[in-house]
Amino acid sequence: MNANPFALWVYLSQQPLLWLTVTLFVYATADALSLATGRHPLANPVFHSMWIIAAFLLLTGTSYTTYFSGAQFVHFLLGPATVALAIPLYENRRTVLAAIVPMLAALVVGCITAIVSVVLLAKAFGLPKTVTLSLAPKSVTAGVAMGISESLGADASLAAVAVVLTGIMGAIIVTPMMNRIGIRDYRARGFATGLASHGIGVARAFQVDPVAGVFAGIAMGLNALVTSLLVPLLITFLMR
Amino acid sequence: MIASLCLILLCQLAGEIIVRALAMPIPGPVFGMLLLFILLLLRDRATLLARGPLQGGGVENAAKGLLAHLSLMFIPAGVGVVQRLDLLAEHGAAIVAVLAISVVITLLATVGTFLVIGRLMARNERPS
Repeated sequence: MNANPFALWVYLSQQPLLWLTVTLFVYATADALSLATGRHPLANPVFHSMWIIAAFLLLTGTSYTTYFSGAQFVHFLLGPATVALAIPLYENRRTVLAAIVPMLAALVVGCITAIVSVVLLAKAFGLPKTVTLSLAPKSVTAGVAMGISESLGADASLAAVAVVLTGIMGAIIVTPMMNRIGIRDYRARGFATGLASHGIGVARAFQVDPVAGVFAGIAMGLNALVTSLLVPLLITFLMR
Repeated sequence: MIASLCLILLCQLAGEIIVRALAMPIPGPVFGMLLLFILLLLRDRATLLARGPLQGGGVENAAKGLLAHLSLMFIPAGVGVVQRLDLLAEHGAAIVAVLAISVVITLLATVGTFLVIGRLMARNERPS
């Protein structure tokens, strides 16, 4: 037994093991609580895990770099998960093909709206240029958004935070909003959710309805593709 | 399981290499997704490809396993908020407001376009 418990903390806090365990433990707990509330939108497991871990790091004076040494193993999986989106696209290719025209129209309109609205709003709110650029790819999955923001010379870590916040807000807002305006087509609801709020939205859509989940996954995959092509183009027009 | 994960990683790796070699403006994993999708379509035409992870739902199961835990994967990036507390103290309220308004507008524009175009299509298909 180590005589000094502080020495043990110093040792463990420098190891990936502790931070990987913290990430999985906090998420597993937040997810169980979300299930216990019947998947209430405000019990979003990503949101609660994020602030609990952030508060824990601040309280223990742990740097994000140290935390990320463990959490990177989870973060890495965003790349393979993006590739894995080929599966729902492939398995539902007939459903997708049947709704291809409304889907492509919604994809183009939604993608442009997501980019243009956030850039114009950020300008209207007087945010600095680097912040505005970092917010532009906020509707696509984190790995892709970080890639886009790097190529724009923006702040990739701020882009990642904007992506996660957007996903959480979309996941919280979507169900009450769609219910209130009376939209019952779960293909359209799911597609909008996946397009506006990527993986966190997809997870939410699967909680609500399986068809919504499939369309959300497809929207997320297609939006990652179209956004990475459109952001550099639209930014040159919008930031003049 | 390992072969299926390997196939997914190979698609990502190939995507990464092609995107960088051709200086394409899209991220490697996105191109990897396209490669895997094309590979699955080709498998259905050429039995030569239907082996290893490309038969018996191998790669499908591995992909679904990954996608089932997609929410978890956003947490490390989200916790990055601790690095940006100075920026958030200064602009936090504006950033949250901008993102919230934009996400509502995007949801409405997307769902609206989907439904309007869907209805127009259905009307045109009906014999007059």
